[in-house]
Amino acid sequence: MSNETNRRDFLGYTFAAVAAVGGASALVGMKQAWDPLPSVLAGGFTTVELSGIKAGEPIVVTWRGKPIFILKKTEDMEDNKRDLVVGNDRFTVAIGLCTHLGCIPAWKKTKWKCACHGGEFNPSAENIFGPPPRPLDLPPFSIKGTQIVLGEEGPEYKKIATAMMA
Amino acid sequence: MAKITKANSVGEWLDQRLNTTKFNKVMMTEYWIPKDINFLWAMGVLLATTFTILIISGIFLLMYYKPDVNLAFDSVNYTIMQEVAYGWLFRHMHGVAASVVFLIIYIHMFTGIYYGSYKQGREMIWISGMLLFVTFSAEGFSGYMLPWGQMSYWAAMVITNLFGGVPFIGDALVVWIRGDFNVADATLTRFFMLHVFLLPIVIMLLIGFHFYTLRIPHVNNQTSEDIDYDAEAEKYLSGNKKESKVIPFWPIFISKDLAVLGIFLIFYFYLVFFHYNFAMDPVNFDPANNMSTPAHIYPEWYFLWSYEVLRGFFFDVGPLKAFDIGLAAFGFANVIFLLLPWLDRDTKILPAHKRPAFFVWFWILMADLIVLTIWGKLPPTGANAWVGFFAATLFILLFIFLPVVTKIDAKKRGE
Repeated sequence: MSNETNRRDFLGYTFAAVAAVGGASALVGMKQAWDPLPSVLAGGFTTVELSGIKAGEPIVVTWRGKPIFILKKTEDMEDNKRDLVVGNDRFTVAIGLCTHLGCIPAWKKTKWKCACHGGEFNPSAENIFGPPPRPLDLPPFSIKGTQIVLGEEGPEYKKIATAMMA
Repeated sequence: MAKITKANSVGEWLDQRLNTTKFNKVMMTEYWIPKDINFLWAMGVLLATTFTILIISGIFLLMYYKPDVNLAFDSVNYTIMQEVAYGWLFRHMHGVAASVVFLIIYIHMFTGIYYGSYKQGREMIWISGMLLFVTFSAEGFSGYMLPWGQMSYWAAMVITNLFGGVPFIGDALVVWIRGDFNVADATLTRFFMLHVFLLPIVIMLLIGFHFYTLRIPHVNNQTSEDIDYDAEAEKYLSGNKKESKVIPFWPIFISKDLAVLGIFLIFYFYLVFFHYNFAMDPVNFDPANNMSTPAHIYPEWYFLWSYEVLRGFFFDVGPLKAFDIGLAAFGFANVIFLLLPWLDRDTKILPAHKRPAFFVWFWILMADLIVLTIWGKLPPTGANAWVGFFAATLFILLFIFLPVVTKIDAKKRGE
């Protein structure tokens, strides 16, 4: 410490250091107070039986409060890298919220159409018209026999997610 | 300590302790206002009154409202509307005032733009006003979701989704803001807190600041004349009231404000009693349902222009996604007004009718905002999408060309 630094400066710097540490910790605490609660995180699993689904008629289930589309593809629907193959069946699994601004598109015979801003998605959940910037999102899932468990990342999920990235 | 003597009246007793005489002079009887201002300058008092109505009606709604996803809808639509004595009145007063307050804010804002009241020396008045506008928008949106109807829910869904456009952290940010993977109970309770506590406090502080910013450069006038307030005030105080260009706020000027306020309140209560429906979307009388979206969603009328700028860009340009262009344009629309004092390159403060190029610019902006507002409510398909695109592009171009436009006027006057 130089001769010009007096006792008041020292008290000032010390206070600034204490206040900085306290302020930073307070911000961390406030940030975490707005994070999802443990009960919200724990409630994030949904199990669905795939065997009863009719081809060409997507079902909608709720996972984490969001709609999930599960479509068993018919023979004439084209193959896609994001197809989930279980036994002899191909499925499209997607979060049913338009990737534009989050409305729920409705199934119209051969595609999902969003009423809000006119976005359209094909049976492989790819955006084919309108403002949506990307295909419908893929929810994390794992496969147990003929059941799909939404909310955990199984090997089948990882394979499709990597294929979609490429 | 100040000299305290035995007081002969309550007023004197307070004056010795709180200096009330001086305070009244500074705030009211010697707060000078130019004579040359029209009814458009009464919007400040109208806004202060409307904000007070919002607070008082809000307090009465707050006593019966329940911020819980299972109870919110019924607490508004059954308890307040059916059971609480005059609950319907408080709700309609609150709902209509929330809408009307934006009408008055826009008139206030465009009066300022027309008369150049944001320029040289009055920048802080403008900035604090724009901060108030942004906070009012957040207040309006957070209140809109509280009844937990379908429109409330999907408005919350869309607005919180906008944060997903932030680079890198977007998705995590949306979850953090909502407190859940979806718009849910945590979202409702935190927006309830913002609406009834944090944002109103911020608004009150900003209103205080906005008033303070006015005291030093003083209020503008119809001819944008630069008045020497000290000299004019002296004339007034020495009894030369006719010659003086200023009058005290209280009790002289306020009488004009109160006359305008009287007309405004008649209009306001006419809406409250006979046309409250315009502030109550029918879709919002369906309880929120996270598994079904209404066919067509749109914001309240006062957000339509910026909503249309957001969705006006509906096609990708090269590597740029339509979504990102729209989001950037939306961001532009929301901050550009704040920069107005620096975009206006004219060296003089003058009303728009004395600045030919700026006059044209001003009315094109008005027309464009009206087009954006109308098309913001229409479904964005076919020709509508193109109208939206051109109006949104024009909006951006207007602000890009503003420095040039204002320079032209200055040059024409020979400066």
